[in-house]
Amino acid sequence: MSNAPVNNGRRRFLTAATSVVGGVGVVGVAVPFIGSWNPSARAKAAGAPVEVNVSKIEPGQLIRAEWRGKPVYVVRRTEEVLANLSAHDDELRDPNSEVPQQPVYATNAYRSIKPEYMVALGVCTHLGCAPTYHKGDFDQHVEGVKNGFFCPCHGSKFDMAGRVFQGVPAPTNLMVPDHSFPNDDTLLIGVAEGEA
Amino acid sequence: MFSNLMAWIEQRLPLMDAMNKHAVQYPAPKNFNFWYVFGILASVVLVNQLLTGVWLTMNYEPSGDGAFASVEYIMRDVDYGWLLRYMHSTGASAFFVVVYMHMFRGMMYGSYQKPRELLWLFGMLIFLVLMAEAFMGYLLPWGNMSYWGAQVIISIFGAIPVIGDDLTLWIRGDYVISGATLNRFFALHVIALPLVLVVLVFLHILALHEVGSNNPDGTSIKKPKGSVPPEEQSKFTFHEQYTKKYDIVDAIPFHPYYTVKDLVAVVIFLIVFCWVMFFAPEGGGYFIEAPNFEPANGLKTPEHIAPVWYFGPFYTILRIIPDKLLGAVGMFGAIIALFMLPWFDRGTVKSLRYRCTAHTVNLIQFAICFIILGILGTKAATPLNNLIGTIASFGYFGFFVALWVYSKNEKTKPVPERVTG
Repeated sequence: MSNAPVNNGRRRFLTAATSVVGGVGVVGVAVPFIGSWNPSARAKAAGAPVEVNVSKIEPGQLIRAEWRGKPVYVVRRTEEVLANLSAHDDELRDPNSEVPQQPVYATNAYRSIKPEYMVALGVCTHLGCAPTYHKGDFDQHVEGVKNGFFCPCHGSKFDMAGRVFQGVPAPTNLMVPDHSFPNDDTLLIGVAEGEA
Repeated sequence: MFSNLMAWIEQRLPLMDAMNKHAVQYPAPKNFNFWYVFGILASVVLVNQLLTGVWLTMNYEPSGDGAFASVEYIMRDVDYGWLLRYMHSTGASAFFVVVYMHMFRGMMYGSYQKPRELLWLFGMLIFLVLMAEAFMGYLLPWGNMSYWGAQVIISIFGAIPVIGDDLTLWIRGDYVISGATLNRFFALHVIALPLVLVVLVFLHILALHEVGSNNPDGTSIKKPKGSVPPEEQSKFTFHEQYTKKYDIVDAIPFHPYYTVKDLVAVVIFLIVFCWVMFFAPEGGGYFIEAPNFEPANGLKTPEHIAPVWYFGPFYTILRIIPDKLLGAVGMFGAIIALFMLPWFDRGTVKSLRYRCTAHTVNLIQFAICFIILGILGTKAATPLNNLIGTIASFGYFGFFVALWVYSKNEKTKPVPERVTG
């Protein structure tokens, strides 16, 4: 042991410097551990666009496509449904689709590129269940509205443009994914209009 | 020869001393009642879960393609596989039964009050880890209710502003719940969380033995050193860690007195446990839900998503609030309120035996509301159920508010100097 006088200032500096360097090391080591939880390259690749032939859908019919493992609802809306869409605007949370739950090119009264085809994720914006399509008997859930979607999990309700009704747990309209129509019969989910 | 060996070990690692300190010479109040068996029962269930869990991993396959089939394989082809799995699944529900009873005991007798706040906090952390453990374990059979239950719970994190969506993506490791999610839940369920759980249980017991066990009277059995004449002190030998600072009264050693008493409780508990395990392992659809007998299907939501019964109370609070973020805040708030119980209660009298009548009424209404919330959590969300759920939620949170108000200047009965037997 040397009997040199103790330099407290230098000791404090060394302790602090060691702690800081050690702390940086801990943060650095945490990066791979946290990063490895992100979707892997394989999971990302599985998110490729999906093609749907819409020419065979009957008026009023809903078909489900799968895109990135999520159900995408494609409904061919009848003239009657389209005509009645604005009738219940005052019962909706966001009738004019102000929350960006849809691409700009689908921000319109029908929330779609072609009014006839509704394209939306079948994933309730509350906690991710799949709402069920009620064709003609939706008035049991909302008086005077014949068609719509009802989420069996927590009772959220959506109209035929995927717009959410008031007084339910879901905060926003159903998500409209990027989509486009390369030709009249084909719907491409996952590619924005004008992008492909 | 043997005693020489023991002495040799003792000098290097004081095993016998630890044994004396925590069992043979640990002073436990002599007036424990029925409510005091649930801590031991929780330990029994913990051992059961660890043991059967290890054995289940020997045949379970943690992958999106193989998980469901490997559980069927365990059930049908592995010798005694069905028994090990039912021990584990029944054990999960039994764990929550005994833990809820254990917590209610603490609430009745004020076992969270000073100086046992940290003990209560460790207990609450155990409860929290237990819920995470149960939630992740429920995904592993990869049935359809596993899948959609996890979908709902993970989506709760999506309610957090700004980072919500990225956070859920990070938790899942995919755009939907997938094999990636299953694998990480498996890793957490079988390695990470059990390690945390065991450490927390160890700390819970150490903290308990430091401050000493409470009792149904809430009267301390540790009196200031020198204040009790020798003939009134407990006749048993207690470890000097306890006797050097205090005179111990009305106490008996944990072993053999309470080990024997607890053994009776363990036997009765195991009879009930075995009955459920052998005759009703699905618990009438509450322990293992019907949709879980079909494989996970991301395109088909079960008619009615219900959590396993033990999450019911918190789930009901989540869904009666018609706002995603506030619903999540309400649910976590219900758990945080329990954490903060030692600070909501401003009273100094511990046991409900000597507290004001309002406290007993408040505690009973809390228990009733908790049960109602639990039942509603497994039922469909009809307007009537939501109304009842709203009232019961007010009862739940109202318990803490009312407690905070009346405990300040509470009219209490005189607390006896010594425990009343």
